[in-house]
Amino acid sequence: MAFRKDDPVPNRAEPPAGTTVCVEHLTVVRGRTRAVDDVSFMIDAGSLVGLLGPSGCGKTTLMRSLVGVQQVQAGDIRLFGEPAGSPSLRTRVGYLTQSPSVYGDLTVRENLSYFAKIIGQGPGAVERVLAEVDLGHHTEVLVGRLSGGERTRVSLATALLGSPSLLVLDEPTVGLDPLLRRHLWALFRRLAAGGTTLLVSSHVMDEAERCERMLLMRDGRILADTSPADLLASTAAEDFESAFVTLIEGAAQATEENGR
Amino acid sequence: MTWRRTGATGSRVLLQLRHDPRTVGLMVAVPAVLMGLLAWILHGRDHDFDKYGPQLLGIFPLVVMFLVTSVATLRERTSGTLERLLTMPIAKSDFVLGYAFAFGLAAIVQALVVSGLCFGPYGMTVRGQPWLVVVVAVLDALLGTAMGLSVSALAATEFQAVQFMPAVVLPQLLLCGIIVPRGALPNVLHWVSYALPMSYAVDATQQLSSHAVVTGQFVVDLCVVGGFLIAALALAASTLHRRTP
Repeated sequence: MAFRKDDPVPNRAEPPAGTTVCVEHLTVVRGRTRAVDDVSFMIDAGSLVGLLGPSGCGKTTLMRSLVGVQQVQAGDIRLFGEPAGSPSLRTRVGYLTQSPSVYGDLTVRENLSYFAKIIGQGPGAVERVLAEVDLGHHTEVLVGRLSGGERTRVSLATALLGSPSLLVLDEPTVGLDPLLRRHLWALFRRLAAGGTTLLVSSHVMDEAERCERMLLMRDGRILADTSPADLLASTAAEDFESAFVTLIEGAAQATEENGR
Repeated sequence: MTWRRTGATGSRVLLQLRHDPRTVGLMVAVPAVLMGLLAWILHGRDHDFDKYGPQLLGIFPLVVMFLVTSVATLRERTSGTLERLLTMPIAKSDFVLGYAFAFGLAAIVQALVVSGLCFGPYGMTVRGQPWLVVVVAVLDALLGTAMGLSVSALAATEFQAVQFMPAVVLPQLLLCGIIVPRGALPNVLHWVSYALPMSYAVDATQQLSSHAVVTGQFVVDLCVVGGFLIAALALAASTLHRRTP
């Protein structure tokens, strides 16, 4: 593994207090592609940040790097000042994988009870998260019999179990009906207001409007780090879809001009 | 490693088995029927079932547990549940031992039922203690579980996982002394057979078949199988990586 957590990054300034996530020059190579290419950003405690971009742009790889399950080639990631993947972070970070990672041959409650025991939470936590994701009426059903959206919510409930201070959520709302999507975003805002830091990814551009801040990703790079209002204003676009297109075209033009 | 997390993982695996009664049924019924078939084939041949029965009583559970465990762990790897667990405060040994406890318990049930049938209606007799045959069978089943856990790391799909069974188990079956006594094997193969756990498992049951008292050789065999079991569990834990490419 080329990445060593005690590798000093030259002239690394200490992140300001209140920074939950600090990523510096992160590069991840998967096969022949640079899935994440020299990415740097910080996230303040208690903020709700959207990670947007098309499928395959590196969102999942970036999130896997944050939670410490991705082998990374270069760069430095610190969560709460600790290197990503440190044992002390395992109860402070909640992670929702893109495909629901729960046991299909267990009931909803059995799934949550098991993960609660692993992170040292009591039955109270199970009831709380069931209510949070609105699954209280499905607790005795086998997860394999649920719809895709319901399965995603069981998986999300698992990530919420330990009331983690940082939530890394990979496409939690994709494929859900609009009402439920609104319900979950309201939950995310509530959690952020309570001091939880959230990084939420989506490939649906319209979800941008629900975040305070958004990171737009394409081809492993962050194209823009902005707020939804600023993005619309700066691109003079009417919706996020066309704002994103304008940004990509602008970036392509800049590369072309640099090449000349 | 903590008892709480190991225990939670073990009871979770047992719960999964409880929701899948057909798998549990097959785990017990397949070796039971196979042993019945063997008893029938060897019926009327003087003491042949007493000779081959105990040996195969240890091998059938090993095969079944190998398959069930390798597919179950592969599912954990491909469904993302293993990745999620490894972002949580669980030790790799909690995971591996949880599986070993759950399938160990299943193996005890399996061995009790199958050997109950063998020593009862199928009419198998050994000179040694019958309960020691059960001990060997459970140890063999656990060995199958541990080998299944480690081999699942080499498989990317369930098709591959299933094919590792013949690749890992059948050579041992050929060399363990059932078909040709190990002493009569060509020299190189005889030496190879010393490195394979099934040789010792089969030898242990042979000791029970032919000696009324617990022999030193039996104790050595049992210890070697136990050593292979611990090594396979350690290997399985070492194949779990928190960071993957």
